[in-house]
Amino acid sequence: MKNPPALYLEADNVTPDGFAGKTAAQITELHVHEGNTTSTLGKYFEVSGNAGATAADTKIIVKGDVKKVKYLGMKMSAGEMVIEGSADQYVGAWMTGGKLLAKGNVEAFAATAMRGGELIVEGNAGNYLGAAYRGDWRGMSSGKILIKGNAGSDIGMYMTGGEIVVNGNVDVHVMTHAEGGKTIVKGNTKSKLGGQLVDGTIIVFGNIETMMPGYKPNGEVELEVDGVKALFSHYIGDMGERHKKRKGAIVYGNLYKKI
Amino acid sequence: MTKTITDVICPFCGTLCDDIEVVVSDDGKQLHEVYNACVIGSEKFLHSQSKDRVTRPRLRQADGTWKEISYDEAADYTAQMLAKAKKPLMYGWSSTNCEAQSVGNEIAEISKACCDNTAAVCHGTTLIAVQDIGLPTCTLGEVKNRADRIIFWGCNPAHAHPRHMSRYSIFPRGFFTGKGQMSRKMIVVDPRVTDTAKMADVHLQIEQGKDYELLNALRVAFKGEWLPDVVAGIPKEKIREAADMMKSGRFGIIFFGMGVTQSLSKNHNIDIAIAVTKDLNEYTKFSIMPMRGHYNVTGSGEVFAWQFGFPYSVDLTRGFARYNPGDTSSIDLLNRGEVDAMFTIGSDPGAHFPISAVKQIANVPSVCIDPHLTPTSGVSKLHVPVAFNGVETGGNCYRMDNVPIDCRKVVEPPAGMLTDEQFLIMVRDRLRKLKGAA
Amino acid sequence: MSEYIIKNGSVFDPVQGIKGDKKDIAIKDGKIADKVSSAAKVIDAKGMTVMAGAVEIHAHIAGPKVNLGRIYRPEDKLFSCTPTRGMERMGGGASIPTTFKTGYEYAKMGYTTAMEAAMPPMFAKHVHEEIRDTPIIDEGAFPVFGNNWFVLEYLKNHEIENTAAYIAWLLRVTKGYAVKVVNPGGTEAWAWGLNCLSVNDPVPYFDITPAEIVKGLIEANEYLGLPHSVHIHPNNLGNPGCYETTLDTLKLAEGMKAKNKFGRESVLHLTHTQFHSYGGTNWADFESKAKEVTDYVNKNKNITIDTGNVTLDETTTMTADGPFEHHLTGLNNLKWANVDVELETAAGVVPYIYSPNISVCAIQWAIGLEIPLMIKDPMRCYITTDHPNAGPFTRYPRVIKWLMSKKARDTQINAFKHKDKVLSQTSIGSIDKELSLYELAQMTRAGPAKCLGLANMCGGLKPGMDADVAVYNFNPDKPVANPEDIETAFSRCAHVFKSGVEVVKHGEIVGTGNKRTLWVNVKVNDNPQVMRDINEKFIKYYSMTQANYEALGHHFVPNPYALEVDATHV
Repeated sequence: MKNPPALYLEADNVTPDGFAGKTAAQITELHVHEGNTTSTLGKYFEVSGNAGATAADTKIIVKGDVKKVKYLGMKMSAGEMVIEGSADQYVGAWMTGGKLLAKGNVEAFAATAMRGGELIVEGNAGNYLGAAYRGDWRGMSSGKILIKGNAGSDIGMYMTGGEIVVNGNVDVHVMTHAEGGKTIVKGNTKSKLGGQLVDGTIIVFGNIETMMPGYKPNGEVELEVDGVKALFSHYIGDMGERHKKRKGAIVYGNLYKKI
Repeated sequence: MTKTITDVICPFCGTLCDDIEVVVSDDGKQLHEVYNACVIGSEKFLHSQSKDRVTRPRLRQADGTWKEISYDEAADYTAQMLAKAKKPLMYGWSSTNCEAQSVGNEIAEISKACCDNTAAVCHGTTLIAVQDIGLPTCTLGEVKNRADRIIFWGCNPAHAHPRHMSRYSIFPRGFFTGKGQMSRKMIVVDPRVTDTAKMADVHLQIEQGKDYELLNALRVAFKGEWLPDVVAGIPKEKIREAADMMKSGRFGIIFFGMGVTQSLSKNHNIDIAIAVTKDLNEYTKFSIMPMRGHYNVTGSGEVFAWQFGFPYSVDLTRGFARYNPGDTSSIDLLNRGEVDAMFTIGSDPGAHFPISAVKQIANVPSVCIDPHLTPTSGVSKLHVPVAFNGVETGGNCYRMDNVPIDCRKVVEPPAGMLTDEQFLIMVRDRLRKLKGAA
Repeated sequence: MSEYIIKNGSVFDPVQGIKGDKKDIAIKDGKIADKVSSAAKVIDAKGMTVMAGAVEIHAHIAGPKVNLGRIYRPEDKLFSCTPTRGMERMGGGASIPTTFKTGYEYAKMGYTTAMEAAMPPMFAKHVHEEIRDTPIIDEGAFPVFGNNWFVLEYLKNHEIENTAAYIAWLLRVTKGYAVKVVNPGGTEAWAWGLNCLSVNDPVPYFDITPAEIVKGLIEANEYLGLPHSVHIHPNNLGNPGCYETTLDTLKLAEGMKAKNKFGRESVLHLTHTQFHSYGGTNWADFESKAKEVTDYVNKNKNITIDTGNVTLDETTTMTADGPFEHHLTGLNNLKWANVDVELETAAGVVPYIYSPNISVCAIQWAIGLEIPLMIKDPMRCYITTDHPNAGPFTRYPRVIKWLMSKKARDTQINAFKHKDKVLSQTSIGSIDKELSLYELAQMTRAGPAKCLGLANMCGGLKPGMDADVAVYNFNPDKPVANPEDIETAFSRCAHVFKSGVEVVKHGEIVGTGNKRTLWVNVKVNDNPQVMRDINEKFIKYYSMTQANYEALGHHFVPNPYALEVDATHV
């Protein structure tokens, strides 16, 4: 970053797919947007190195202060990308493959509607991690997300598959409206876990301040999660929501809290 | 001599009463009396007669004083501000008519701005919920004629929509509700003992921040499943009673307001309340309706939607419309320093936004279109007073149940004052020249 | 105004019986002319097809439920919006386009007139605001009458004259075009969570049957002599076996004769017939009854229909058949919106995905094509998708491709996951017929215009008619190399004229013209009884005043065009 923008930058071309097959000079010419003005990447970034022939062969390292840059890694399908610092919103949004690593924090809407690939954030994530786009009942369907710090609210909303792991704490609303997938929170949670959940799994190692009344106690069970074996309280739910049947039996969502 | 104008529409709140009568002087220049309106509505009409109104645009000078300028100069300033800005925000639109909103949209499209209305601090979360789960609703006349179960959740119509209960929801004798309030059961859910709660058959004095849990419990109760002893401070027996009362009605309606739209969980509260409504339609007939605040915030949402595709928080900076509250919503844009010019009309963000956002308005070039002196006009660089919409000029508005009603002009504005629409047209035409647009 | 002469094109005009002759079409002063001066601008249409502008008889493009659909489906616009460009405003919405996009997309396909299929009268101002903001195309809107309290009360006592007086009043205050009926009686029942699934199910409290409602409205419509017939969406839409209810409904028109001064010969228009042609008893034995329905329509010449073709897209259903939408959300669990409208009607909205991998959807697709291919008189069958219910109107070129090319149909059939079921439950596999361009012109221009009572104005290229002309890059003299070429040609016109103004050139918008709102102004004898009933219902039951309901200022309808009807002599 050589020329910090006054406002924020939208860098939806900064992905392995956007760079594939291009030289540094060509990459410098790619469009970037600051509000309603369009300029080139070269105005704000030094570009060195050439991309691979395909997205899969391309590795991008983003250096410098990109706290005001949005859409890094958006829609990437393959390849590798490392953000050395913290980034703004939509990191890896709509990604379908490849590996994306953010060494700092990321803001809201990271991995929106993820369809595959891997997102690792060494710092914290904002709200709406791995959530669906507004109005869409098809959220994250596949892929893995690992947040080493904390995450915000509304993670995994309308999730249908894939896995989210948060090593730290999360805010309210985990896997609201989910129809599949798994979310593991190693730290503490607050409330509204699994609200209106049709199917899916939530595993909490730390506290749950307030349980949803729709989650019915269902005994205890021993689970191995991420190499750790422990005893968990098991709850099924959301008992207020509709559920599917498999082989004649109703399939409920599962919530596990480490004892 | 005087004349009485009937069928006048009150331009204050989303109840949009249209049975107001206004007595004006024969020459139409003075407004004398208002009949049928509540105290807030009466004041809306009567205060237009204040002798100390600001009647011309004023531009903030370097020494902090105001200097009166012409509407032409004000339109120049506004157009230039919008033309130069990389990401202007055009906010408000809720206390003006659809015709003005439409010209505003043209301006936003030409200048590639973000545009937003007061739903951003009000029922925007309702719109998010509707987008996620839908909306079983009806017009207010259906409530008047059929409803026998009325639930006010997180709202206080006795204060905020004073004639709502007498015109639509509790007292009227409708076609199938000839016994008026005796045909109806009223449930109020509110942490406070409000004047509305005092009227209720059942007041669930819910623990703050636990609306989502209580609504979940109702859904569980409908299905006859296990419940913990207490949810949100309400014992499970009371929850099951409330669930039964809802199911046993012939036609129920849930009205809701800021108590749930802007408290913990926001859109999720509304989402699950809509789920409750949908569940109840398996047993009886139930609808749900937001108590919209400003008298034409609904209209702004409608006009944004049919012209751009989204009801609020619309980002046009790329030349096409994008939407995602949290990114494109006004308070977030201001707090994060994303905006370099502010245009406010038909609203008062200076009073309603968090102070961190208001400070941003003070830091950027800003224009405020408003007949009043407000906290917003106070921090803006240019203040353009206009005629009172719905009093001194007419125009279409949409009620809280989306019914369109064409407001009337009942009295002349002070001499030489323009309407919103007239001023916006001046801005638009100048902007077109500056941008070389078609 | 400019003069134009479109030379060397192959003209298809059922109004004049022209079946592909090379003729010049002259345009002067907004109308088709016999001849023009040498100053006329020449449009070379060599190797192209020339028709009148197309007429959309039934689409949901303007009004509260359309906008509710837009508001509640931001995902319908994700990544698919179009930017501001030249004289085009920005647009968006795959299944529910914004109003600007609606006008541009229709015009680019050669459509110059469109009818909003259902206007809830209380929301007339909203419908007209959206019509006003839809560029280029002339539009009208049909107010709904089949669940209206005045109609239910008058027709219970068979008071035709009073019903007619009420219809005249409502058409005037809403600037409406025709008598639309949706799920007669059933939508009033829905206000209590109930429905009427057959023509004989009585409406709760009002105690009148759908059959009585429909018959009474047809009588009132002919009493008045309106330009269009009663336009009906029958009870029991979308359920296996519903074709019986459809036939019961059509039979109500037997013996009725059209009475009007607009050239209309039909008394009943059955809309989106595909949704009403189902046999079987459940989704497993679900089958087509297109033959039974088209046989009846073929024999009964006072009926017109439109198809309601399924396009195999993700789309949004929206209809005044409130109970149906509640039923649909129970089937697919997708977000459900519903609005009950006091004294008048209701509406429901639910997204729907017509997947080619689901046998029911594939059968629906086949039924939609069987119908126009089995119909004997193309002047009585019109092509629609009931936009957006069976698919977006932007798919008309694809529907045309399927109708004009058996090869294209076979390609689609072979792509179905349950091809065998489609072939066993319908007869699409054995239909060889391919629609001709002349038949296409009958089904998309001349036919709908005549049925709407607009035969003198549009739908044809006879001198004196409005100069609504569409020129397609489609050469009727060359064999079709690839059926995809049909879809491409009908997607973007080479030229489109609306009322003599060039609006589309080489597929781009070059003008917006001066669109009109078509409505019907009926004069009836004074009827104090009906006026008193109206006054009373406003005082007691409506939630707005009569004066405010009746107000429809110029800013809502800036360019009205009234079809005048004098029913005072009756």
